[in-house]
Amino acid sequence: MQRLLQVCVRVLLGVACLVGFCRAQDFQVPAAVSAGDEADISTAGSGKATFHLIGPGVSRKSELNLGESIHLQAQDTRTAGDYLAIVCSSTCRSGGFYVSAAKPATLTFLVHPSRVPVAQSDAVSGVALPFDQFHNLVLRPLTVNFQLTAGNVSLSSRPVLTQNGAAWFRALSGKSAGLLQVTAAVDDLSARRAVQQVASDPCNLRITGQRTKVGITVQTEPVRDCAGNPVPDGTIVTFTATSTNGKSSVDAPIKRGIAQAQMLASGATSISAASGVVMGNEVRVGAQQ
Amino acid sequence: MKFAIPITLVVLTVLLMVAGLVWTGHAGGTVGIAAGSAMYGLTPKADTPEHALANLLADAQRRNWDRAYADVSKTSDVDESSFIQDWIGSNGGLRSFSSLEGFDSRPMHITNDEAQMRVRLHWTTPVGPIEDVRDFHLIKEGDAWKTVWPKVQVPSVPAQVVPVTYLRWDLVTGGAADEWGSKNVDAPHVRIISMNAVDSAEGAVVMGEVVNEDTIPAFVNVNATLVDGAGNAIDQENSFDKIAHILLPKQVTPYRIDFPTISLKSVKSVHMDVKATLVPASADPVIGVMNQKVESDAQGKNVLHGDLLNESGQTVNIPHVVASFYDNNGKVVWVADGYVDRALLPQSSEPFAVEIPRSLAGKVQNFHVVVNQYSLGRS
Repeated sequence: MQRLLQVCVRVLLGVACLVGFCRAQDFQVPAAVSAGDEADISTAGSGKATFHLIGPGVSRKSELNLGESIHLQAQDTRTAGDYLAIVCSSTCRSGGFYVSAAKPATLTFLVHPSRVPVAQSDAVSGVALPFDQFHNLVLRPLTVNFQLTAGNVSLSSRPVLTQNGAAWFRALSGKSAGLLQVTAAVDDLSARRAVQQVASDPCNLRITGQRTKVGITVQTEPVRDCAGNPVPDGTIVTFTATSTNGKSSVDAPIKRGIAQAQMLASGATSISAASGVVMGNEVRVGAQQ
Repeated sequence: MKFAIPITLVVLTVLLMVAGLVWTGHAGGTVGIAAGSAMYGLTPKADTPEHALANLLADAQRRNWDRAYADVSKTSDVDESSFIQDWIGSNGGLRSFSSLEGFDSRPMHITNDEAQMRVRLHWTTPVGPIEDVRDFHLIKEGDAWKTVWPKVQVPSVPAQVVPVTYLRWDLVTGGAADEWGSKNVDAPHVRIISMNAVDSAEGAVVMGEVVNEDTIPAFVNVNATLVDGAGNAIDQENSFDKIAHILLPKQVTPYRIDFPTISLKSVKSVHMDVKATLVPASADPVIGVMNQKVESDAQGKNVLHGDLLNESGQTVNIPHVVASFYDNNGKVVWVADGYVDRALLPQSSEPFAVEIPRSLAGKVQNFHVVVNQYSLGRS
């Protein structure tokens, strides 16, 4: 609402100036102002006048003597954007200037996803947005250094120039499960995020079965993905046993690297395993003696 | 004259009360209405098998256990406490939270001394109405019919220590003061791997399977929206309890979404939406589904039956079975579910059965069963 009001006032004053109501007094607005910096607007002429300052975060009015300079306090220029200065005595005159963001003070860094399977192309992405101490997005081009580290090994490092205040990257995930540290740095500023690299789908799911007094104990060999990473504990392996008694199935979680289940089957039984959409081998266990 | 109407009403009321007392126990065949005597303590003499069984069931319905047990034949291999436990359940099973709403019975075979009766028991339960079909054998003892109560098979779990490698996911949420984007944890990644929409007797049914592709547990719900030819939504429903909501990593569950009274003829497309939320979960207990077979039951219905085997050391109070059925192309043609009314004790098994529609029974070539488990006092 405040912004809308400012726009309306600026439009009205601008139109008024254009149609000739603004005349006479000369004044000089600063060429460039950094957010939070103090600045002066010099005026020429004599007599009393009224000064208006309209900006994204400020709208103020003060009296002045023409010929003196108008001092803009630091709090007047905290918000980056277009400002309009208007001096009115018998007539009005206006001048615009731009307040740019100050030097970066914080770096907002978003990384997606928080978990990623290993060896996936373009799986990790991140975007960094530098802000100054007044929370203005720094729009001038800055170099952001993105660095991906797994353990103590640097996987990649690349400098990226910000465009319209944002710098981003995409990267493939590493080959080893574990924590992937992603760092974005601008000058002495840095932000760090962690991505959990997890094992991919099981690969070469192999099972063994052994008849016991109460049935068949079936278990997997250590379950790993195609890169050799152990599949996380808790991952479900579905064992399916088929015999003359019918079909039996158990959804067993991997614990300490292997999944194990007890099947009730007395006759000759064939047992297979699957995890998600990945199939394993099939074993046959003879009938109970 | 002025007393004629009141007198008529009183006489009529008395006649109706007498009629009610005389013609009790004839509720058999009326679904949802309890048979038995109309007034407490006025059970008629069991001079027929129907009366005998109706008396027993009516007393059991009122939880008048002494009277109900008095209708049980002395040849039964069951004591009163086991008989009661058979009705009221134990160990926090579904039966413990159920009540007998009604029953209807019909004779299968009757001679002078023996009778075989089939009874449909209508239970009200926290998971909805459940119908239980049981066959009873009755014999004539003296001048009264008595029900031979089948031996109650209560699993006997020996004292033991079941070693369990504790595996559980807990969830820690960040505080409000955390920097934006610094501690976000993505929702689990789940995927619908199959979907099939069919018309059934009750309306349109959308079903299929969902897999948790992530390495963390997920709470899953599947929503479907039926859209007509003009692009307008006809109806939106979700899978409700016809799904295993908590999916561990790489676990697959069937789902079924019912659209009662809607025909697929009016549907142009179906929009599917699967929602997954990160939840704390435990990898235990592990429940095996043993001896699964599709067969015809005593009523001629096609059912998938088997035994649930609790391979862990925890009691599962209410086991819930969800089964998907595939045709010879591996396409899901039906999803059915069923609750087991007895608790699944550690290292013990309980039978289950789910029905397959007659029209689909010939198509079913394979099936996959998952087990939901609800345990009291645990999430």
